[in-house]
Amino acid sequence: MTFILLPFVEMFYASLRPLDHLFRSPYQFYSDDLSFWAYREMWKTVPMLPRYIFNSFFLASVTSLITLLFVIPAAYSYARFKFPFKNSSLYILLAINMFSGAVLLIPLYKVLRTFGLLNTYQAMIVPGVAFLIPTAIWLLKSYFEKIPIDLEEAAFVDGASRVQILRHIIAPLSTPGLVVVGIYAFIGSYAQQFLFAITFNQKKEYMPIPSGLYEFIGYTTVKWNEMMAASLVGIAPVLIIFLFLQKYIVAGLTSGAVKN
Amino acid sequence: MKQKLKSYNAQTYLAYALIAPAALYIVLIVAWPLLETIRLSFTNSSLAGEDYVGFENYQKMLSSKKFNGIVTRTFVWMFFSVSLKLIIGLIGAVLLNANLKGRSIFRVLVMPPWVVPIAIGMLGWLWLYNGYFGIIAGVGMRTGILDGPFGFLAYKQSAFISTIIADVWVGTPMVTVFFLAAMQGVPRDLYEAAYCDGASRWDRFFKITLPQITPVIITMSLLSAIWTFNSFEIIWILTEGGPRGATTTLIIDTYKQALGNYKFGRGAARAVVVMILLTLFAGFYLALLARINKKISHE
Repeated sequence: MTFILLPFVEMFYASLRPLDHLFRSPYQFYSDDLSFWAYREMWKTVPMLPRYIFNSFFLASVTSLITLLFVIPAAYSYARFKFPFKNSSLYILLAINMFSGAVLLIPLYKVLRTFGLLNTYQAMIVPGVAFLIPTAIWLLKSYFEKIPIDLEEAAFVDGASRVQILRHIIAPLSTPGLVVVGIYAFIGSYAQQFLFAITFNQKKEYMPIPSGLYEFIGYTTVKWNEMMAASLVGIAPVLIIFLFLQKYIVAGLTSGAVKN
Repeated sequence: MKQKLKSYNAQTYLAYALIAPAALYIVLIVAWPLLETIRLSFTNSSLAGEDYVGFENYQKMLSSKKFNGIVTRTFVWMFFSVSLKLIIGLIGAVLLNANLKGRSIFRVLVMPPWVVPIAIGMLGWLWLYNGYFGIIAGVGMRTGILDGPFGFLAYKQSAFISTIIADVWVGTPMVTVFFLAAMQGVPRDLYEAAYCDGASRWDRFFKITLPQITPVIITMSLLSAIWTFNSFEIIWILTEGGPRGATTTLIIDTYKQALGNYKFGRGAARAVVVMILLTLFAGFYLALLARINKKISHE
């Protein structure tokens, strides 16, 4: 427990202390003038900080929305229909999860360069979506499977069209599942931004916060207290979302990977 | 009516049509690049252009002592990291599964390292490992273990160990949660029966819990090995593979060659080695999963 939380506690403590207290060797545990000063000052040290935060949110939102667009029909199809190659293709999806982005970066870099997409938002969104699709399909599939098929069949026999069934039965019943999968995609894309950002983007105005934070290190004296403050601000959104929904996310992930 | 229902449920073409967009996307962004990587590994591709060079990249790579060192180092790094994750994860899951006060809070508190973007979490570790002002060096100096400032990431051995510890920090929560989920799936009556027979706490753990969750332990070891093998950001941020290559794993080396020096061909040859190893892991994993699922459906 200490091991898990120590870095966070120390990050928070460091963010409250004045810089000259941090720069004492050996380490001093005690500081008398703790303040939220660094949380105000960091915006001046790295003036682009609001932009990085916006970029992170923008990239993560767009990435998760596009992921959902691709995943909803596919997951529905896996949950409802029987067809050749169903199981094998599901396993292939699992296998794709195991190839990290790092292996595919070389051709992706070349492709993005050919299309002139390096240093754009798209350069970080396009690969991001691809790595979220497999898990998202598995997650959403299990939600769709929970909707009793009898409901749909009854409506169909009564003469409802497929579109009507989709609108009046499946859409309302699957909303909770969609929210959870959307949030999984959001957290996932927020986390994977760093790799794509350092590889495919060198323009400051498109940088997401995980890589933007490294700007603090570029100065002659690293303002650790401000950097830690900014880090915590960067962590806060995903942590808050997670706290509210941790039950669903954990349950969904564990059921997807361990048993069928 | 039955026929009408049949037409509702057996529409293969519709099933495929719904999957097509996602499948196409994955083919374009994942499958095609995989093949392209293989092709590039036979060229001397760089920013300047490319020529076919046959097996030159592979010959150079396999005959270099440095590369062999990197492969060995990758597996040593992986071995320590995965073992620690499994051991700590198992202990953590047992504690979280026990009837302790406030366990639901603790269950949430173990997750942050996994939720937080690795790149940001590592900033915290950079500060902890700081040789002059960091808390670990500070405690070391005060207790007299260290006789002066010590940069944990500046020396070969300590950097190797430090990156492992940071990797364990990131990877353990996931392992713990999976073990916990498995433990909660163990049927209650097994414990109740054992309790009535007067089995001790240890007996119950070793004779009921452990055998019951063995499939999950095996799957998790493999999954965790794959994740650890793929670990890039942690090492890249803490040491960039240094000092003097002491923390350069296969993934780091691939990235350095390809996107640090823009030697795409050489990088691709390394990426192919990574792919082969990952395919082996993934094959093991899927075969195992298929077997476990078969067992479950038989019961």
